[in-house]
Amino acid sequence: MIRKLFSFKGGVHPPQFKDISTTQPIRPATLAQQLVLPLHQHIGESATPIVEVGDYVLRGQKIARAQGYVSAAVHASSSGTIVAIEERPIPHPSGLSATCIVIDTDGKDRWIEHGPAETSYTEMDVSQLRNIIRSSGIVGLGGAGFPSYIKLNSTGAIIDTLILNGVECEPYISCDDMLMRERPEQIIAGAKIMRHALHAKQVLIAVEDNKPKAHAALVDACRNEDIEVILVPTLYPQGGEKQLIKVLTGKEVPSNGLPVQVGIVVQNVATAAAVHNAINLGKPLTSRIVTISGEGVAEPCNLEVPFGTPMRHLLDQCGGLRNDVNRIIMGGPMMGFAMHSTEIPVIKTTNAILAATQANVAPPSDIMPCIRCGACADVCPVELLPQQLQWFARAKEFDRAQEYNLFDCIECGCCSYVCPSNIPLVHYYRYAKTEIWAQEREKEKADHARQRHEFRLSRIEREKSEKAARLAMKKAAAQGASSNKQAAIQAAMARAKARKNSPGSEPKNTDNLTEAQQQQIKSTDDMRAKAQQIAESRRAQAQQMMAGKQAKDEKE
Amino acid sequence: MLRVAYALIPGMLIYSWLFGWGVIINVLLATVAALATEALMLRLRQRPIRMYLTDGSALVTALLLGLAIPPLAPWWMVLIGTAFAIIFAKHLYGGLGFNPFNPAMIGYVMLLISFPREMTSWPAPLSLSEIQLNLGESLTYVFAGILPADVRLDALTMATPLDVLRTELGLNKVMEKITASPIFGAMGGTGWEWINIAFLGGGLWLMYKKIISWHVPTAMLGSLALISLAFYFIDPTAYTSPLFHLLSGGAILGAFFIATDPVSGATTPKGRVWFGIGVGVLTYIIRAWGGYPDAVAFSVLLMNMAAPTIDHYTRPRVFGHGGK
Repeated sequence: MIRKLFSFKGGVHPPQFKDISTTQPIRPATLAQQLVLPLHQHIGESATPIVEVGDYVLRGQKIARAQGYVSAAVHASSSGTIVAIEERPIPHPSGLSATCIVIDTDGKDRWIEHGPAETSYTEMDVSQLRNIIRSSGIVGLGGAGFPSYIKLNSTGAIIDTLILNGVECEPYISCDDMLMRERPEQIIAGAKIMRHALHAKQVLIAVEDNKPKAHAALVDACRNEDIEVILVPTLYPQGGEKQLIKVLTGKEVPSNGLPVQVGIVVQNVATAAAVHNAINLGKPLTSRIVTISGEGVAEPCNLEVPFGTPMRHLLDQCGGLRNDVNRIIMGGPMMGFAMHSTEIPVIKTTNAILAATQANVAPPSDIMPCIRCGACADVCPVELLPQQLQWFARAKEFDRAQEYNLFDCIECGCCSYVCPSNIPLVHYYRYAKTEIWAQEREKEKADHARQRHEFRLSRIEREKSEKAARLAMKKAAAQGASSNKQAAIQAAMARAKARKNSPGSEPKNTDNLTEAQQQQIKSTDDMRAKAQQIAESRRAQAQQMMAGKQAKDEKE
Repeated sequence: MLRVAYALIPGMLIYSWLFGWGVIINVLLATVAALATEALMLRLRQRPIRMYLTDGSALVTALLLGLAIPPLAPWWMVLIGTAFAIIFAKHLYGGLGFNPFNPAMIGYVMLLISFPREMTSWPAPLSLSEIQLNLGESLTYVFAGILPADVRLDALTMATPLDVLRTELGLNKVMEKITASPIFGAMGGTGWEWINIAFLGGGLWLMYKKIISWHVPTAMLGSLALISLAFYFIDPTAYTSPLFHLLSGGAILGAFFIATDPVSGATTPKGRVWFGIGVGVLTYIIRAWGGYPDAVAFSVLLMNMAAPTIDHYTRPRVFGHGGK
């Protein structure tokens, strides 16, 4: 059956230079004395070390576990002793350092005990498969390094097609090419496991037509399988996930969306082989095939490299560097980035190490102003307007850049490749993206600070008002207390007055008195009257005396 | 840019074969003036001189302007026009890549407005004139304004076909009578048609080499042809044929060499089509009803102004953003 292929807009045909590294078969790299394993070799959270300095580890032993959902475990890539867990330079465009586990190898390269699972993958539960893939540290080996087990979780979506990406569209790189040529059965085996995990209806393997040998090997290996190997016309950047999906199925993955949304999962061929090794052989991911190439390398080839091997160690195995080497690039010439040192280790996403000579790298002085010729827009596979974006990035008009869909840019480098003025357009986009991220972080921080500040203000306000309320209450209570007293006094006085005025203010117990009581009262009254009489007579005597005394005094 | 210059050569040769040495003198004068001014400006702006001088942009400006100025124009006119184009239209805006207007057309329009008489008197083409100045005579006339003793100025120059058409139509003459004049050839103006065909050849070569895209030339010539065809059908006595419009004046030169200037034009594919249509329609409008006989320069400049807006409204759909 001949499948109808589709096409995406744009794309370029850079010279391939793949043949220079495919003359020899894949050979294992010699073991380096020291392996430096970064905890962060993938997209997502860094792994957490589970070993300590001084521990002896075997190859395949887990030395750092995945931390969180989007993360991947790290395994010792050879036997030896952990000598350090510290910051070391890692492959990063900015030359950053990050925590690495350093192993001094003992040269024995002893594996941890491993073997195929007791049950066949077909009997295994999907979650069991995913768990093994997760704990084997498998990430996308095409270059992005996204943890593979996540992509094998269709979360309820119906997966129509599993695509294995053997396009390898970047010049120079041939690691997937060689893998497909030499180990097609591993790829097929991995594909079958992933199909099982995803319940995918069909499996397609895409290979560009500049790799006829790889295509032939896969076709040969698929003879008895329900897997279709498709030869696609060579066009950079066809290896981009969304571009490949468009070519094979005509479907467009929405901006910001995932292939799962259109019922497709794409995995790299090398990832498939790694899945096979993990499930069928019980071997975690400890090495990968790396292309060592470029005009600056004497004997370009493909090596099977344990992770953590310093790049210099590999370059030395390929005849060393020529004198006019201008820079060492990790990845392809289109999307790779320059290493600031050759001591940097190979990680899971290192598909190639290229040594570029002076002649390969355009000096920055050749950069001319943009003449808005639009050649970049013609080749952009995402149909952006690269030169407009470049103007916005230069002018720091980041809002406009986002309005022109800066974040849809896949940084494939087609625009820079065709630019007649040699403008490094992608650098401008990376710059703008980083700035926007920084601004967003800054804004988040500012928002956070503002919220905190506002909270503080409101707290102070609240405390103030609470204090005021408390005070007011106290005062009110105090006032209330004094007025209560007066009121009580007044009330008492009023009661007394009322009692005085009221006709019934006689003692109440005057009625129904007994004889004896009446006698008693009478006698008491008599006595009171007598006493009154006495008192009055005495008062009168005293008055007379006083009056006589006064008269006497006046006389004198 | 250098290939743009190569593509101009056939048209330039035929032009000078038909109209004499004046064409070559113009082009050379403009080139010298442009390169000198460019170097001066680069020096003043402290930019690397060699790199920018060899990019060919000043050369192309000079060639276009030299071709647009009437042959045998006084030397100082060419110099002023070119220097104005390079200094004001290009470097004061920031140099290569930053100029909103086509520098050659700014130079041309400045001269046309400042020296209307000189800028509209063209030598008669070879087949219509007994007199053809030789190199020495041409140089003497350009630099000193002195004609050979036996040549009178009015015998040497004549109005261009587009100019004649405008004047005669203004006098209410019928098209048939006007075009019967020997100044009108089989397809366009006598002589002009061949020059334009040579430019067309150069332009098609540029397109074939993918130096220019098909959008602007096709849209401009297409819209010019369609609109002139429409009016030709309505009243052939008052409006000339589409072929005449395409092969007269600067239509072809403008379509392939001037309106395609990427710096001052629209850059999105759809935008380029609209830009071309705009230039074509404006050219017809100014030619048919405007105050100037030819209109490519004005149309291009007017559309230059609209280019950013056109770009804004013709952004292509981005991959994965709705639609099909």
